[in-house]
Amino acid sequence: MTKGILVCAETADGKITATTRELLHAGRDLADAAGSALAALVTGKNPQEAAAEAITLGADTVYTVDAPSFVESTPDYYASLLVMTCRKTEPAVVIFGQTDLGRDVAPLLAARSGGVACMDCVRVAIDTQTRALLQTRPVYGGNAMAVWSSGEEVLRVVALRPRSYAAAEPDATRQGEIVALDPPDSDESPRMELLETRKEDIQGVKIEDARIVVSGGGGIGGPDGFKLLEELARVAGGASGAVAATRVPCDEGWVSHGIEVGQTGTIITPDLYIAVGISGAVQHMVGCADSKVIVAINRDPDAHIFQEADFGIVGDYRQAVPALTGAIKSIKGA
Amino acid sequence: MNIVVCVKQILDPNLPPAKFKVDSKARQIIPPEGIPLVMNPYDAQAVEMALRLKEKNGGKITAVSLGGPEAVSAVKYALSLGADEGVALSDEAFFGSDSLAVAHILGRAIRKIGAYDLVLCGRQAADWDEGLTGPLLAEELGIPVVNLVRDIENVGGDWRFTRVISGGEQVFAVFLPALATITNEAPQTRLPTGWGIISANRKQIPVWNGGDIDVDPTRIGSAAAVRKLTALTAPERKRNCEMISKETVAEAAGTLARRLGETGAFL
Ligand SMILES: Cc1cc2nc3c(=O)[nH]c(=O)nc-3n(C[C@H](O)[C@H](O)[C@H](O)COP(=O)(O)OP(=O)(O)OC[C@H]3O[C@@H](n4cnc5c(N)ncnc54)[C@H](O)[C@@H]3O)c2cc1C
Repeated sequence: MTKGILVCAETADGKITATTRELLHAGRDLADAAGSALAALVTGKNPQEAAAEAITLGADTVYTVDAPSFVESTPDYYASLLVMTCRKTEPAVVIFGQTDLGRDVAPLLAARSGGVACMDCVRVAIDTQTRALLQTRPVYGGNAMAVWSSGEEVLRVVALRPRSYAAAEPDATRQGEIVALDPPDSDESPRMELLETRKEDIQGVKIEDARIVVSGGGGIGGPDGFKLLEELARVAGGASGAVAATRVPCDEGWVSHGIEVGQTGTIITPDLYIAVGISGAVQHMVGCADSKVIVAINRDPDAHIFQEADFGIVGDYRQAVPALTGAIKSIKGA
Repeated sequence: MNIVVCVKQILDPNLPPAKFKVDSKARQIIPPEGIPLVMNPYDAQAVEMALRLKEKNGGKITAVSLGGPEAVSAVKYALSLGADEGVALSDEAFFGSDSLAVAHILGRAIRKIGAYDLVLCGRQAADWDEGLTGPLLAEELGIPVVNLVRDIENVGGDWRFTRVISGGEQVFAVFLPALATITNEAPQTRLPTGWGIISANRKQIPVWNGGDIDVDPTRIGSAAAVRKLTALTAPERKRNCEMISKETVAEAAGTLARRLGETGAFL
């Protein structure tokens, strides 16, 4: 029997996260191509329900570990948990999301298992002849795409960038097996201790869940201008409209870092992305390039953003944004 | 406290996309002519973090850079910002090393440098953008690692690392020696002073090769790399922009709203 694929699942409020559903999609495709099985690891308090959900989403086997969730423990603890799971289940490939957990644990797992990691991938495939894993990832901020091949002689550990795959669709008729594993022994002499986790209060929908995102850049010039963007987001998107930003407004402190879009921010794929006062730097665009429709509003006709947009208006946003808000209001009212 | 900062010299990530030329045959980026390399911006923020820690707690900062001749420039830049000492790691045998091998080489160099409390790296290098070197180096050294750190503080003798997570942050108490990878939310890097540049330029930077730091030759270079680069291509641009130009911005906005309405975007 060929060694299988293992997805490291994450849950929120006891449910499989959107990113993990994408991983299960990618993992199912890989397992089918390799003729092997797909397993998932579900951790957290009372992981049973999420384990059953993972089966409907494509897992053949789900390993559960009743343990504190990742944000309630330490990277060290989760690294031990993953090392233990891989020792017991001997997968050929482990798939993480490029999430807080994946970023921390994937490298440590690879190092401790004599494996090889490949981070922030947007595509994974099996070379059916050599059984090597082909991993596609943007490099140089998104100015180039690289494909890396890792041979089957070692454990391959990949982290997949969120939004690279469509989410797996549930199929309630799928059958699978749930196997409970014991949690790793707690560390006698821990090297670190979690003191506090602070989550920001987010009003309204998260930018990654919004259908319409109005995003402001350095051209907005200060916190006040973002009020115009909020109004546009509300009128165009209602409850599924949100405001985001490039790195500049976040670094300047006009808005919170939590709404940064891009390579080091969040990757989003809304139906409509309205980029206002944004030059279109590659590190920003990798965070929104797969949006369905991109609109650019910029006063510089030569701004690079116009090469990445579907619709463009050249002008000062202080006029253009309220005008667009008004026009959408009257269309919606009609 | 003794702090080691790992720094790397890279192609300026702020260059416009048109300057990035991909040679797909050779699987290489062709660097534009006459444009100097820069220190990886996250590494520069790691140097800044080290400087702030030293200002508060005293100690010594040593910069380490692995690479070709440009590694010396990275070290000199760190010295010009205020690092105390530096060393470049260069050897033909290092060529083609993957992240695991780089971690091994850096780890050996750091052992030779001597006692340290803290190792700082950037969260990733803005060329290959992978974020592996920091955590793998921590494993090589057998010390704990916290990623995406924005602040390090000494509170009554305890070291607190604040790191960025999705939608918030976490604070860890960490036993030193430890490694932190520094994120862009950390303080911005200061500029070098004139005097800093002059004195950095006067310094002779030691260059160590594999033998100097006792690397395991079977663990480095392209022969040791399990992962192989099989393709490097330029990304495709997918969109064709419809510019909406009208007499007034208000008219253009009206037309745009109608066109968007047709796409069903806000229905
Ligand atoms: C390693 C690295 C990683 C990075 N990661 C990210 C990331 O994850 N996310 C991110 O966003 N950035 C990231 N950046 C920064 C990125 O390179 C750009 O610097 C940044 O995205 C630029 O933001 P901007 O377009 O808002 O600002 P600017 O480049 O300052 O552009 C402002 C634009 O606004 C226009 N403008 C000005 N006034 C007006 C007006 N009144 N009306 C209309 N238009 C106006 C201007 O014409 C200009 O085009 C990264 C950079 C590096 C080096």
